[in-house]
Amino acid sequence: MSSQFLQFLISGITVGAIYALVGLGFSIVYNSSQVINFAQGEFVMLGGMATVFLIAAGAPMPLAVVLAVLLAVVIGFALGKFAIEPARGAPVVSIIIITIGASIFLRGAAMLVWDRNFHNMPAFSGSDPIDIGGAALLPQSIWVVGGMVIIVAALQLFFSHARIGKAMLATAFNPLAAQLVGISTRWMLLLSFALAAGIGAIAGILIAPITLTYAGVGIMLGLKGFSAAIVGGLGNPMGAVAGGLVVGIAEAMTAGYISSAYKDAVAFLIILAVLVIRPSGLFGRRQSDRV
Amino acid sequence: MKALLAPRTGGLLALAIVIALLPAVLPNNFYFNVVILVGLNAIVCIGLNLLIGYAGQISLGHAGFFGLGAYASALLTSSYGWPSLAALVVGAAAVGALAFLLARPILKLKGHYLAMGTLGMGVIISIVLNQEAGFTGGPDGMPVPAFAVLGWTAYGERTWYWIVGGTLLVTTWLALNLIESPVGRALRAIHGSEIAAEVIGVKTERFKTLVFVISAVLASVGGSMFAHYSGFITPSEAEFFHSIAFVTMVVLGGMASIFGSILGAAILTVLPQFLAVFHDYETLVLGAVMMGVMIFLPKGLLPSLAELLRRRRL
Amino acid sequence: MSALVVTGLSKNFGGLRAVSDLSFTVEEGQIFSIIGPNGAGKTTVFNLITGIYRPDDGRVWLHGGDIAGKPPSALAAQGLTRTFQNLQIFFNMTALENVMVGADRTAESGFASAMLRLPAVRRRDARACEQAIGLMQRVGLAAYLAADAASLPYGALKRLEIARALATRPKLLLLDEPAAGLNRSETKEIDALIRSIAEDGVTVILVEHDMRLVMGISDRILVLDRGARLAEGSAQEVGRNPDVVRAYLGTGFAGSADAA
Repeated sequence: MSSQFLQFLISGITVGAIYALVGLGFSIVYNSSQVINFAQGEFVMLGGMATVFLIAAGAPMPLAVVLAVLLAVVIGFALGKFAIEPARGAPVVSIIIITIGASIFLRGAAMLVWDRNFHNMPAFSGSDPIDIGGAALLPQSIWVVGGMVIIVAALQLFFSHARIGKAMLATAFNPLAAQLVGISTRWMLLLSFALAAGIGAIAGILIAPITLTYAGVGIMLGLKGFSAAIVGGLGNPMGAVAGGLVVGIAEAMTAGYISSAYKDAVAFLIILAVLVIRPSGLFGRRQSDRV
Repeated sequence: MKALLAPRTGGLLALAIVIALLPAVLPNNFYFNVVILVGLNAIVCIGLNLLIGYAGQISLGHAGFFGLGAYASALLTSSYGWPSLAALVVGAAAVGALAFLLARPILKLKGHYLAMGTLGMGVIISIVLNQEAGFTGGPDGMPVPAFAVLGWTAYGERTWYWIVGGTLLVTTWLALNLIESPVGRALRAIHGSEIAAEVIGVKTERFKTLVFVISAVLASVGGSMFAHYSGFITPSEAEFFHSIAFVTMVVLGGMASIFGSILGAAILTVLPQFLAVFHDYETLVLGAVMMGVMIFLPKGLLPSLAELLRRRRL
Repeated sequence: MSALVVTGLSKNFGGLRAVSDLSFTVEEGQIFSIIGPNGAGKTTVFNLITGIYRPDDGRVWLHGGDIAGKPPSALAAQGLTRTFQNLQIFFNMTALENVMVGADRTAESGFASAMLRLPAVRRRDARACEQAIGLMQRVGLAAYLAADAASLPYGALKRLEIARALATRPKLLLLDEPAAGLNRSETKEIDALIRSIAEDGVTVILVEHDMRLVMGISDRILVLDRGARLAEGSAQEVGRNPDVVRAYLGTGFAGSADAA
């Protein structure tokens, strides 16, 4: 395996892991509310930016991380409660605008509270690259992929063993039936927003040492994470993970072998291809309307 | 039936009067500039409203068509020396053809998936415009020659005001005619229940395609006019955020309301001008406005207003 | 020539056999009813005939022409239309406009002439309006001529859908549970309406649960069970068929059918 190919693969998997986590957040929210939360990318931004500024304010790194994630979770909850819940039943276009408005709002707030500059975050365990077959592997990359694996495993356990997790799954499959057995779909919605926000924030913290963070980092990440969710099948959290890796690797390979200029277009071409050929994604359930 | 006509001719008349009298009250060129931008945005939004409000579809990528129209005009007139009007028409035709090709696969999608498909389309156009610097001058943009027809050149705010105002009036008239015709009813039927429309004989695929093409053509025309007016364009004309701005104008003003689109375009073009003073707060307030209006007035301003008046009368 | 011929119709959804190897013929001018318990596949059959679903197997002939794979709008142009069990009214329009959409079904995508408001378009509009008013009066909705569709009560909405379907001047009309949710007197009105439609020469295929309505009005009845044909015949024959009686009609009803 050429070292060049390996290099692209490594960077593809690294960034793909982030897309996977963002896509995961999309799927969790979509599952419980049929809403595509365009603000998902902003939670990634919040995670990174908040941590950076907390560290600058003197907090030790672990504390900064915890507080940053907490902040994102609270904001995610607030988004669900104050922006999405009141708009239940509104047409799809309106809800899309609400979440886009939320993402713009959060970005504006970040620029105001913090600043518009790029920021660095120290890597968790040093930044000396490890040599693997001629390719350079950053230790932070291991953190990123490892973080993704842990989160995915934790979520699997959560959905299959925790009562709340199972309740969330039930709500996703059949909201009416879930309500009838006493599950509060309202709370499931809020919970899913909080959960997705937390996951997004963690993703942002993991990747910040590799790519700089700034107030506008959320837009593209959000859109590409969305691509991951679509590839895997909207509403299939594990599919989003697979989708994220697919998009990340495709992007890295395109940048490496074809043209780095069109790297960003890859995720969107993938979106279009999937939507046209197989909208339900690789693993999604086929949808049909009852008439 | 007569009752149906009154709001239409009344509205058109009111619009014509406003356009005719506005120059008398605008203090200086800055205001003319803002009003011209309102007009151009309104033209795009009327087309987009036909697609979103009447036919019930979504597009998060219409700025792509706007950008393509702008660059078509810019390229054809500056690099190839074409006459401005020909460039505008050919650009619109090319964009229309592109929209026609895209419509087939994309309009099979519904709801969120359609939103995503159009978003992807718009972003790809934006990236291409950014990257093909050889043609487009890349992210730095390119200059555009002035609009010229048969030796006469359009210069300055006042001239452009009348050009845009006239175009807006004509576009509004055409759109209102369309809506109140059997075609307009068919579009609204598709929105109401696509399957029922299909079953009673409406060729839904054809109608959706045509309204998509018309809205793309209008966006292209708006883009071409903008290019000549502003004299300089950048790929940001086609960016995702611009598409969102258009959609927000439509939804804010009122879906399925032509005059609502004009109102929405006016508010969201003027607002950032005022907010520019609050430079740092601009993004924040815009986001808040978008959320607030959609949460509290999901039907948009004009329909909500109409509803209020109707209830008062009862 | 028969109005509708169906042979070997089958449709699967994943592992579920919704319709299996169904064949039947509907003659011109008949009132033909399809009955069976919920889940028997009745609405699926409608969806297959009207082009909403593609059959996995089998053929459908409308007035002798094979209609496989044709979209519903093409079938409407050939005189086939339907109403819906779960009401697909255009709630974003007025009641009158709902019917007008059916009347101007030949609204070719004349976008250009529509935008320019040519006199021909205005004339068509006025004609469609007249037709729609007439149809609404015919189905008993004269009181709602100026109303928004969203303001109509349920029973009126059922009749509005029928008016809309009639506006397309169908030769074959499929009614999916037109009496669902209606009380006795409303059902009697629907009964009379269907009879008058049939008298005008329209072939009617009915899916219904209201047995009194079905038995009274049908020239022929097809009984479905789990996607397959259980029995077919006149109301007398079906009413006396022991399988049908046992499964769906109950012994009490069989008694009253004999007495009728």
